[in-house]
Amino acid sequence: MASSFDISDLCSTKFADLIEEFKENPVGHHSPQLQRLLNVMRGAPMGKKHCLIVSESNKEWILAKTSGIPGEPVKPTNLRFQNLADAEWYVFRERWKHLTGEKLQK
Amino acid sequence: MFLESAGNTLPERSFRSKKYRWEDESLMKITAYANKMSAAPGETIDFMVNCENKSFDVEFVKLICGDLNPGGPGYKEKVVKSRTSGKYKGRQQKIHAGSYAKIDSSSHFNALRSFSAQVFIWPTTPEKGAQTILGNWSPKTNSGFNFGVAEKNQGVALEIGLSRKKVFKLQTKAPLLSNEWYFITVSYDSETQIASIRQEPLHSHTGTKDKANISRKVTGTVSLNTNDAPLTIGALYTSEDKNRLVCHRHFNGKIDSPAICHSPISPGQEEALKRLDSEQVKIESLIARWDFSNDIQGTTVTDRSANRLHGGVVNMPTRAMTGWNWTGDELNWKNAQDQYGAIHFHDDDVHDADWEVDFTLTIPKSFRSGLYAARLRCGSSLQEEDYVPFAVLPPRGRATAKICFLLPTASYMAYANEHMGTDVPVAQLLGGRLVEHERQDLYRNEHREYGASCYDHHSDGSGVAYSSRLRPILNMRPKYRSWLGGSGSSLWQFNADTHITNWLEAMNYDYDVITDEELHYEGLKSIEKYKVVLSSSHPEYHSKDMWDAMMAYQQKGGRLMYLGANGWYWRIAFHESEPGIIEVRRNEGGIRGWEPKTGEYYHAFTGEYGGLWRRNGRPPQKIVGTGFTAQGFDISSYYERKPDSHRKEVAWIMKGVGKTEKIGDFGLIGGGAAGLELDRVDVGLGTPPSTYLLASSVNHTDIYLVVNEEILINYPGLGGQENPLVRADMAFFPTQNNGGVFSTSSIAWAGSLSHNNYKNNVSRITKNVLDRFISNKKLLDDTF
Ligand SMILES: [Fe+2]
Repeated sequence: MASSFDISDLCSTKFADLIEEFKENPVGHHSPQLQRLLNVMRGAPMGKKHCLIVSESNKEWILAKTSGIPGEPVKPTNLRFQNLADAEWYVFRERWKHLTGEKLQK
Repeated sequence: MFLESAGNTLPERSFRSKKYRWEDESLMKITAYANKMSAAPGETIDFMVNCENKSFDVEFVKLICGDLNPGGPGYKEKVVKSRTSGKYKGRQQKIHAGSYAKIDSSSHFNALRSFSAQVFIWPTTPEKGAQTILGNWSPKTNSGFNFGVAEKNQGVALEIGLSRKKVFKLQTKAPLLSNEWYFITVSYDSETQIASIRQEPLHSHTGTKDKANISRKVTGTVSLNTNDAPLTIGALYTSEDKNRLVCHRHFNGKIDSPAICHSPISPGQEEALKRLDSEQVKIESLIARWDFSNDIQGTTVTDRSANRLHGGVVNMPTRAMTGWNWTGDELNWKNAQDQYGAIHFHDDDVHDADWEVDFTLTIPKSFRSGLYAARLRCGSSLQEEDYVPFAVLPPRGRATAKICFLLPTASYMAYANEHMGTDVPVAQLLGGRLVEHERQDLYRNEHREYGASCYDHHSDGSGVAYSSRLRPILNMRPKYRSWLGGSGSSLWQFNADTHITNWLEAMNYDYDVITDEELHYEGLKSIEKYKVVLSSSHPEYHSKDMWDAMMAYQQKGGRLMYLGANGWYWRIAFHESEPGIIEVRRNEGGIRGWEPKTGEYYHAFTGEYGGLWRRNGRPPQKIVGTGFTAQGFDISSYYERKPDSHRKEVAWIMKGVGKTEKIGDFGLIGGGAAGLELDRVDVGLGTPPSTYLLASSVNHTDIYLVVNEEILINYPGLGGQENPLVRADMAFFPTQNNGGVFSTSSIAWAGSLSHNNYKNNVSRITKNVLDRFISNKKLLDDTF
């Protein structure tokens, strides 16, 4: 694994273990490298930022995006998730694509 | 309006709440609030409801557990009988947000022929559209005059009424800078028919073109008759809605020293009016000179002219704000009141939603003290349900149990309608996961008129210093999940506290419930009859009176179980004449959503210095042995026992817990008993020397970071994996007269109580301590 962390240098072959680590455990203890990556992803500004809407408590969530403008609606997408880990994994891949242009395998 | 009695409403079991319906435009079809958060048997509570459907059903429920997590103890509420239950007619009720000062109509300014006005302003959103500084205006006939920030920030605009509803408009066309002081004068002279505006910046920036002095002859017949409309400062009056004024063109920013005269005045007279000096009385044309530095603690605005045209503020704009003449030498408004003549108005201030009452509950004698709610339903989907929680107190002057659960309503108010999940990136960073929005979050995002919390900013970027409970508080609801509640059940504050009531019920303890307001207004009397007071998971905000009452209780032998963390942290002030509103000025340091500006550190409501109790000489360690040390909102961890827990005199606390057993490596809040916010023992900060450190938590994630009041020189390694300050210390100390304090020092603690059908070490320890505390036994066993 690369010892320094350069966001412009992200690629799925070099960081395959980070991707795997996230997939296995999206919330909780992470390696320092993965935590850095997640800080970048989760710290993005609020415009068109992924979030969830509770569709049925503890059972179903709708993927959505915040507007970045207080008062403007949170916009739902057509995607629904029955567990939070699936939603985290989906959003991770979206954010990876946004950062690197690279599409990750499911 | 009452339609039918409860006998005709649907029984609970036939209600299956359907999923959220996206096809509906409305995010919530019913929202409500009450005029009180607590009442004793025989007393009344008024409920105000906004309902988009034709009717709604009301039932009263005793709330036991608000957690819908199927992995938890299960959602529990019990319908309790009341004659007030039944079907009511639905109607929509609106909140008219935005603050202003209002002065009743007077013959002095009702039918002027000429006028002049002067004022200092410090606009914060000059680009946001027309914003009225002062309106003496009849909306019916478009007559009178008003002036303010011009549309598209074309400087200052003056409007003068003409015949046949026409309006004369004059603009300086010199854009205003935000957060800078200006001296503004406007006038109209009927002799010359000249209208004028002067816009004088008090700053000395070079290269800005924000100074103007313009005048123009008014063509047409001027009509200054206001038809008895009220004079408004900080907004423009438009109409009335059920006895409430409706205004528009709300001004964001500070207004200082407004004055009006019935003719143009000289520069010397302007100076006298600015400084309220003795020459002022000689200004023959003076109608009013309002002095906002008077009655800063109250809700009135004082006219210093001989006419005494006093008024009042609406929707609680922020007072004790530094004025145009603040020198910076004095930081306490009480010592230089004349430099605090500014009021900061906001277009999203809300005090009292002031809705009409839909039903009134007289608390029946059959309601035992506890946590209750009015359950309102106008259909069967999620957005057609709302709850208004309240505490039923024991009968006045009595305790009906040995245990008192102190509902932290001041802390609920500080967080009321918090917007961080939709507004700021820290929510996903601190949560270490995606933010989940409930329908209530989406609704209050789109309905900013419901007001924000003391964690939020106003629409102009300034901090929200006041929070009222006289509006629907949509995040203080059973069933509600919060991004702050960690992974798992994700409960925070009110709903998380139902894990405590659920445990008390499951373990068959009798308990009374009182709220922070009883503690504040009644002091020691409200708790002295109890053997034990139980705190909530997060009792963060305390007034001085609340703090003093709890310390006196301990000293008199009272026993406190602090079942949470980040407690006794911020100092707050309750308004001294208006019930139901608190003030928070978060000075110097601490975990805070915004910071007050220098010179604005003292509460307007009481004059007290705001901020952390730690900065007021009373760190939390002094009252509960432990104080805030770290926070993170992803997952929780567990505790390990410390040597003190094996000492014979306190061995009863850990009875039944193995020597090396992990304490609380399970739970509904982040999967562990040690999580979210954590407190630690610190003798340097006032932990009593008699304290037993029973256990400390370990192994927190790097989302957990040391709190900023601990950081002087910042340094690497502030996260949970490395920093020894990231821990919860479970502690116990005896107090005088056989009293004692037990502190879990973790917000997540309550979420572990129900694990394995209540057979677990968190429940065991809590029970060991509670049983001992309600007994007459002394708290330290003999060691010989
Ligand atoms: Fe807190």
